[in-house]
Amino acid sequence: MDRIPILKLGDFLLVTVHVDMHDRLAMALQEDLTEKIVATHARGVLIDISALDIVDSFIGRMLGNIASMSGILDAKTVVVGMRPAVAITLVELGLSLPGVRTALNVEKGMDLLRASLPFDEPVEQLESGEEVG
Amino acid sequence: MSYYSWVSQMPQNKSMLLPELLAKRESEILKDWIAEQMRSRGPAGAGIKDEDLRRQSAEFLNAFQKASQDGDDIHAESWSRVRDILTDVSREQARQGVNPADIALFIFSLKQIVFRVLQSETGKDSEVFAREIWSATQILDRLGLFTTQVAMKSREEVIARQQAEMLELSTPVVKLWDGILALPLIGTLDSERTQVVMQNLLEEIVRTGASIAVIDITGVPTVDTLVAQHLLKTVAAARLMGAECIISGIRPQIASTIVHLGVDLGDVSTKATLADAFASALRRSNLAVVKIAPQRRAQGE
Amino acid sequence: MADRPDPIQIRNSEDVVVVRQRVRAAAVQAGLRLVDQTRIVTAASELARNTLIYGGGGTVSLEVLSDQGKKSVRLIFEDRGPGIADLELAMKDGYTTGAGLGLGLGGAKRLSSEFEIESKPGQGTRVVITRRG
Repeated sequence: MDRIPILKLGDFLLVTVHVDMHDRLAMALQEDLTEKIVATHARGVLIDISALDIVDSFIGRMLGNIASMSGILDAKTVVVGMRPAVAITLVELGLSLPGVRTALNVEKGMDLLRASLPFDEPVEQLESGEEVG
Repeated sequence: MSYYSWVSQMPQNKSMLLPELLAKRESEILKDWIAEQMRSRGPAGAGIKDEDLRRQSAEFLNAFQKASQDGDDIHAESWSRVRDILTDVSREQARQGVNPADIALFIFSLKQIVFRVLQSETGKDSEVFAREIWSATQILDRLGLFTTQVAMKSREEVIARQQAEMLELSTPVVKLWDGILALPLIGTLDSERTQVVMQNLLEEIVRTGASIAVIDITGVPTVDTLVAQHLLKTVAAARLMGAECIISGIRPQIASTIVHLGVDLGDVSTKATLADAFASALRRSNLAVVKIAPQRRAQGE
Repeated sequence: MADRPDPIQIRNSEDVVVVRQRVRAAAVQAGLRLVDQTRIVTAASELARNTLIYGGGGTVSLEVLSDQGKKSVRLIFEDRGPGIADLELAMKDGYTTGAGLGLGLGGAKRLSSEFEIESKPGQGTRVVITRRG
């Protein structure tokens, strides 16, 4: 089964969902992300859903779960690129994605993640000598 | 007196020859009719392809021949195929922009051909000729009127659709500053229009990468529950996408309507004026407007 | 005039993706605008998942209906699963028997122009939804 690739970008993990995921693929993504956050000490996760033309309650819950789990692991989650039709439908569906921050695109999402890092933590030091997962 | 009441006082004679003639001289009638249609169609009619014209005419003639065996009440069940074909022709031509009078030429050009054929078959016997012409006229006029009615209804539908499109264009989304959009709504909002306009706003937010959108309803006289719900839905959707909305221009009457309707604005940001909303948007974007001391003008300027 | 192809089997989570794609195609064919397409595809995803998880698998049939030139999409989900004992309760958002039936039925209803459900314990479930432009 294909798994959705997770990229490391500095302190953050970047996931681009580019296919219409079936449920098992979504669950696999959730597991993979959690592992990678721990393995790379990531401070933030950016999930790009701009290729998704629908987000149903399962995917919505997955995004919420990822946000909760990353939160426990001290990482922030930002979801970017939600399409207008998807946003309207999610509102009508009644899904509010609690704990999930959103931004319009990857650039703004990264700004948001960087801004959410506490100022007093020296970011660079954590990286030295660590292997990419 | 109306045409129909005058007509209905004439002796009702079932045409005895028409169905037979339509069958016997079908290919000749079809050929002449198509030629007559092509000759008399105007510029708008040029949009209809020749092969479509031929096909529709052939289908119609066939259906007409069968139905005419069954009397002259064009609204009867036996005439339903004829009506369906006329409806299709009419709708299609209306969509192409042909006006109802010209659309009816589909029938009235057939009338001439039918008369010519009737005359050639019955010419010697003037009483039969008159009776046959009379029956044929009744049927064809009714069909012509039916066609016109459908055409007018289709035209109304086209106009309604165009109006809707115009409404969409007339509520443009404007850029107030980098990352700040405004949507000044004017006039009465109905549910349909509100949805279209709101969707437009969301798409502009994506397109321009704006983080803040000000929805100004100064120009909206009243807001009903449905419209209020669409507005709130849009604000929620924008938030899900990563942008914030401010609703401005809420007049006292609208404020009291909203409270009265029990609509919960929740944590949606609202401001009395567009200016207040803009100021707020600037602050949220970490922008400020600064007054610059006037420069001394050089002599002679 | 209805266009009724064979029902689609819903046997696993990949089938749910197939259902989404076929419903999308039908919605496009019916000339629905983008947000209405998104609504019915999302509703279909919810109901297909219910059919799979709660119905033990089933089918969905798609029809594009035409009424005086206005087209609509109608979907009929059927399964021979355990059925739903308390329909009213099941329609409430947040109701769940475990893996998350919550939001499925209520959400699908909100996203559809018409919604009908028949279900008896031991006799399976049948849901019919229609989306007009």
